Amino acid sequence: MSRTPVDDVCVAIRSDADVVAARSLGRSLAEQHGFGTTDVTMIATAISELARNILKYAHEGEIVVETVERGSMSGVSVVARDDGPGIPDVGLALQDGFSTANSLGLGLPGTRRLMDEFEIVSAPGSGTVITAIKWRR
Amino acid sequence: MPVPILKQGDCLIASIQSALTDADLLELRDELSERVGRYRSKGVIIDVTVLDVLDSFASRTLRTMAEMIRLRGAETVIVGIQPEVAFSMVQLGLSLDGVTTVLDLEEGLAHLDRSRRARVAHAGG
Ligand SMILES: Nc1ncnc2c1ncn2[C@@H]1O[C@H](COP(=O)(O)OP(=O)(O)OP(=O)(O)O)[C@@H](O)[C@H]1O
Ligand SMILES: [Mg+2]
Repeated sequence: MSRTPVDDVCVAIRSDADVVAARSLGRSLAEQHGFGTTDVTMIATAISELARNILKYAHEGEIVVETVERGSMSGVSVVARDDGPGIPDVGLALQDGFSTANSLGLGLPGTRRLMDEFEIVSAPGSGTVITAIKWRR
Repeated sequence: MPVPILKQGDCLIASIQSALTDADLLELRDELSERVGRYRSKGVIIDVTVLDVLDSFASRTLRTMAEMIRLRGAETVIVGIQPEVAFSMVQLGLSLDGVTTVLDLEEGLAHLDRSRRARVAHAGG
């Protein structure tokens, strides 16, 4: 079975089915870009957590997955963007176990561990943009 | 996409066939809990071999599922977690503490068989 090549992925996140779609398209893009299974799974898991947070806290938003090059490095970047309530204290949100939803509080710190680079830009009332990059070894 | 559930003796085997949405997973939880009562099952195997991601929601739901099934009087065994999925779960900080996990379906059946024998021996039968 041949797969159609995946270009940059942009998925609107509004329902639980969109979470599945985002991670499976992201997975295809990463596979196509030469990542091994372990890395591909880490990227797909990261996408899943970020998409899940969009649904839970902002109700809607989008996930963009694209290839990135920097110098001799090549990888994929995952951008999760929403116009939701924003995160008042990003440092706190990145601590293991911190959750305003009485959940495990592992999504953000865990995603940071799964990826090589991780950045949150957010402020109360102005939404959240999270960028996570994984470089190909 | 609903998950087919097979009844084999006093066991139920749920083999997940494709990626599941959160709603699918919750449906599986309720369905298994209901069928354990209907068939008076003693063991449940959940085969997750095809799942390429087990994120925070999926692991939490699997734990809840196993606990609900336990409260209904049956034992849950999760089989088929792939090595890279296991690795990502550990990186994320997730665990399936308190849930029996074994390599594959064959091991799962053997595990439930041992539990069955232990039960029979205990009942003095
Ligand atoms: N997109 C977002 N918009 C607003 N707040 C967010 C967003 N993402 C995360 N947060 C805030 O950061 C906290 C930590 O997020 P994280 O994903 O680490 O944990 P959680 O979602 O609470 O629990 P888990 O992901 O383990 O189920 C959340 O409880 C929430 O307050
Ligand atoms: Mg989360």
